[in-house]
Amino acid sequence: MFLINCPYCGERDQQEFKAGGEAHIERPKQPTELSDDEWAEYLFMRKNIKGVQFERWNHAHGCRKWFNMVRDTSNDEIKAIYKMGEKPPTQ
Amino acid sequence: MTKNLRVKSSEYIDETNRISFKFNGRTYHGFKGDTLASALLANNVHLVGRSFKYHRPRGIMTSGSEEPNAIVQVNPGTNRTEPNVRATEVEIYEGLEASSQNCWPSVEFDIGGINNFLSPFFPAGFYYKTFMWPASFWEKYEFFIRHSAGLGKSPTSSDPDIYDHRNIHCDVLVVGAGISGILAAKNAAKNNFKTLLLDEKNELGGSTIFENNEFNKIDNKAPSEWLKAEIKELKNIKNLEIKTRTSVAAYHQYNYLLARENLTDHLEAKDKTNKIRQRLLKIRAKKVILATGALERPLIFNNNDRPGIMLSSAVKKYSEFYGVACGSRNVFFTNNDSAYESAISLYNKGINVEAIIDIREQSESKIVKKVKEAGIKVYWSHTIVDTAGYKRLNSISIMKLSNDGTSVTGSKISISCDCLGVAGGWTPAIHLYTQSGSKLKFDEKKQIFLPNQNTSEQISVGSCGGDFKIDEIIKNLNQNLKDNLNIKETDLDNIKVEIDQENSKRNIWLLPSDKPLGKTKPFVDYQNDATAKDIKLALREGFRSIEHVKRYTTTGMGTDQGKLGNMHALGIIADTAGVKMGELGTTTFRPPYTPLTFGTIVGRNVGKFFDIFRRTPMNDWHVENKAEFENVGQWKRAWYYPINGETMHQAVQRESKAARESAGILDASTLGKIDIQGSDASEFLNRVYTNAWSKLAIGKCRYGLMLNEDGMVYDDGVTTRLGENHYIMTTTTGGAANVLGKLEDYLQTEWPELDVYLTSVTDHYATASLCGPNSKKILKKIIPDLDLSDENFPHMSFKETNIGHIQCRIMRISFTGEHSYEINVQASYGKDLWKKCMEAGQEFNITPYGTETMHLLRAEKGFIIVGQDTDGTMTPIDLQMDWIVSKKKYDFIGKRSLYRSDTMREDRKQLVGLLTDDPNIVLEEGAQIVSELNQSPVEMLGHVTSSYFSPNLKKSIALAVVRGGKDMMGKKLFVPMENKNINVTVANPVFYDEKNERLNA
Ligand SMILES: [Zn+2]
Repeated sequence: MFLINCPYCGERDQQEFKAGGEAHIERPKQPTELSDDEWAEYLFMRKNIKGVQFERWNHAHGCRKWFNMVRDTSNDEIKAIYKMGEKPPTQ
Repeated sequence: MTKNLRVKSSEYIDETNRISFKFNGRTYHGFKGDTLASALLANNVHLVGRSFKYHRPRGIMTSGSEEPNAIVQVNPGTNRTEPNVRATEVEIYEGLEASSQNCWPSVEFDIGGINNFLSPFFPAGFYYKTFMWPASFWEKYEFFIRHSAGLGKSPTSSDPDIYDHRNIHCDVLVVGAGISGILAAKNAAKNNFKTLLLDEKNELGGSTIFENNEFNKIDNKAPSEWLKAEIKELKNIKNLEIKTRTSVAAYHQYNYLLARENLTDHLEAKDKTNKIRQRLLKIRAKKVILATGALERPLIFNNNDRPGIMLSSAVKKYSEFYGVACGSRNVFFTNNDSAYESAISLYNKGINVEAIIDIREQSESKIVKKVKEAGIKVYWSHTIVDTAGYKRLNSISIMKLSNDGTSVTGSKISISCDCLGVAGGWTPAIHLYTQSGSKLKFDEKKQIFLPNQNTSEQISVGSCGGDFKIDEIIKNLNQNLKDNLNIKETDLDNIKVEIDQENSKRNIWLLPSDKPLGKTKPFVDYQNDATAKDIKLALREGFRSIEHVKRYTTTGMGTDQGKLGNMHALGIIADTAGVKMGELGTTTFRPPYTPLTFGTIVGRNVGKFFDIFRRTPMNDWHVENKAEFENVGQWKRAWYYPINGETMHQAVQRESKAARESAGILDASTLGKIDIQGSDASEFLNRVYTNAWSKLAIGKCRYGLMLNEDGMVYDDGVTTRLGENHYIMTTTTGGAANVLGKLEDYLQTEWPELDVYLTSVTDHYATASLCGPNSKKILKKIIPDLDLSDENFPHMSFKETNIGHIQCRIMRISFTGEHSYEINVQASYGKDLWKKCMEAGQEFNITPYGTETMHLLRAEKGFIIVGQDTDGTMTPIDLQMDWIVSKKKYDFIGKRSLYRSDTMREDRKQLVGLLTDDPNIVLEEGAQIVSELNQSPVEMLGHVTSSYFSPNLKKSIALAVVRGGKDMMGKKLFVPMENKNINVTVANPVFYDEKNERLNA
């Protein structure tokens, strides 16, 4: 059970949060300009890395804010948490 | 037969407090402080159970939670009964009853014991191999297996006890209150860390508390005496909370641990009532100190499972701690010095020790010399090759061990004995450590797994960290505490420790016999009856992974998770396969460390607290008026209102007619409501709905359809523009939370530049939906001042007004196709509003209707219900709702996906109406639809999504999704059912009032 440091509320139990999948996949600004393949790339393709992964999380039962997390999926170590719009930490 | 084996008074046993209890129907006596195991042993009862597969007689093996054999049913036949309890953990109390498991008709005479003689036919994987064929026989096999295995019985009536949960946050959690745990907790607390110390036993002190080896001294005192003084001091330390009878079940990531605190299991029935039985502690610790100790290993030799064969440390504990002699002719079998400590302990209490069999060539320690001085015969380089005695050990046979330890030589010596203490060395209890995700390494020299890579803020101290001698324990503990708690000085800096230094050990995982392996029974896993033979067989059959061998042979798969035998299983695999233990890896230990009751897991969440539910402000009225309820998400919604014993069908037919002919009223409070404000609110709605919103006038309502980015319908509802920058959105009842979450997601992550604020106001309003041709007259009676003309208050518009002094919002919108109003008031006035409507509507026979009638009425109009007529694979085009998809808008959520090659296929499943040729037949929802009856395999075209008998149309109607259905208007199809084929015709899904004339009726 993770202890997640919400950037707005502080440390809270994992139960209060919802995972939102891979981070930094920006919605295309002009979807109509994209081919089916390009749109499918945005819509369906996710990495599912074993190791360090950038993820979106939501403090669903708290402040309702979305934020980003860097997590090692092999041991669930949370390496960093940063707000939406902030640059991901370099490793 | 009964004899008293109580030897000498023990300070932990209160001999003034005599307790009677029953075991297998017979009354015995013990004392306050006894466990069921110690009390039975004091009564010379060793035989307590039968093994799982061969039904071999089994006795008490250990003195703790690792017990594999003495598994009993406590208080059988009562509502407090509990199966699979370890007799070594049950504290006796007046009136306790317990019985053996896994035997029928009795532990003394067990029919299943025949399996023992048939055992050549029960090799590893027997069940897998034998009961595979024919598959249809499995049910019969299963019955036979379960019956003869006869595991414990669960209670048949409800549990009278109360269970609880408690959250604990602490700086330092210390697991285990042996010498290391006590010293760690004391020093942590003294240095201002908020400390919690847990131990599964009822007394602190672990094994040191009965450690009386005269050659070991701490500050010139016997370790037990010294530790008692330390324990006394604990009580005066602030910041330190101590919980006994508390077993840590799970160690999750981020130092989140679950522990079970036992509060009343040791009390008499009369003292148990109205008390919390067990409490689940949910602990978040900044640092965890594991001081879980070590478990003694048995030795694996032929027939090593007879009642009377026990761990050497257990024999010692029963004598020192409980004052019980486990036998009158005791023998020890060992590969290290600890059996000598046990022997001396017995000797000092006047209990007869016949001999010690030692597989080592020699040992020079003081304790060994002491044994020799005491006149106890030691057989060096010898091993046990067989044992005898069916229900109780009566003799052992020993032979000389060859130099390489793989065979025996010389002649066989028989030694008569009734108790054999086995000492195979110590295995650190690293179960919780590995549960936390931390990694072990194998120490080839000590032949143990040790903590290696910590993944959380934790340390392992004492013997679970690999330190077995008191001087090492204290030295390393001291350093660990200083490093990890960042403290300069501790109590341990000036302790003087003297110990007996010799520490030799000879490790042989599987001891040889004079018989070939195939003719022997060296048990590795006692509970599951897995022998060394089974493990070797698995390897011969090609199993390599330890996890596979474990499952195939069931080694380590019992309720004890193989705490005793896992190391030997690994060792035997490594030896046989010719690999090093370290390369083999270890099996995974999973929570719980010891079994948990369901009661502890659920805590207070039982009965009406099992699941959260929500009620509308009008709920009391529905209850008073005998509504039947249905669950919609977490809501309890009025389903229908039967009168005079009506069936659901009758009630729904009546309600549906009334709503169309005069007036109906529905509690619509559960619809999700989201308040949307901000200067970009209109633009935001443009992006989330498929239709255009910019031009919606203030005071007007519009129906909207929301898609997922993949183009599939996600939710729908009416949104009203309250002001220039202010909207109120309604969502489906079940979708409210998800819609809000999704909208927040887009606002926060994709469009942070938009000035929009969302607030859930679902619970703030109560909503009554007034519908039918007389709804206008009823509303007029309630609010005489409001101009209800179609000019002033047309369909799809909104008014903010008052009912008396109560502010209300009224939307003229309709989900039934009738002239109707949705009246919203502050939630606390909901019931008043409802009553007012009922009162005003009385002369029009206003009829309350529930969700079932609502579904029927909207189906007559062909209105979809998201989640019933859609399933996450339907686009608006599939629903024949092209009209709501804006062609002009540049973008909205899901737009691009509507032009993917797959979503544009003509043969997708599309929503259509279905009419049965016989108007009285009502289709089953979910029924399949086909066009050909004689095809094989038959092609499924789709299925029925909604189906009702319409009282207003006097015929059955249905909505369905059918492949290419859009172009099938008028086509004849079939709905094949179990006993008949139903002929249907594809129709327009709008069955009633196609021109929408009734909206203004
Ligand atoms: Zn938060």
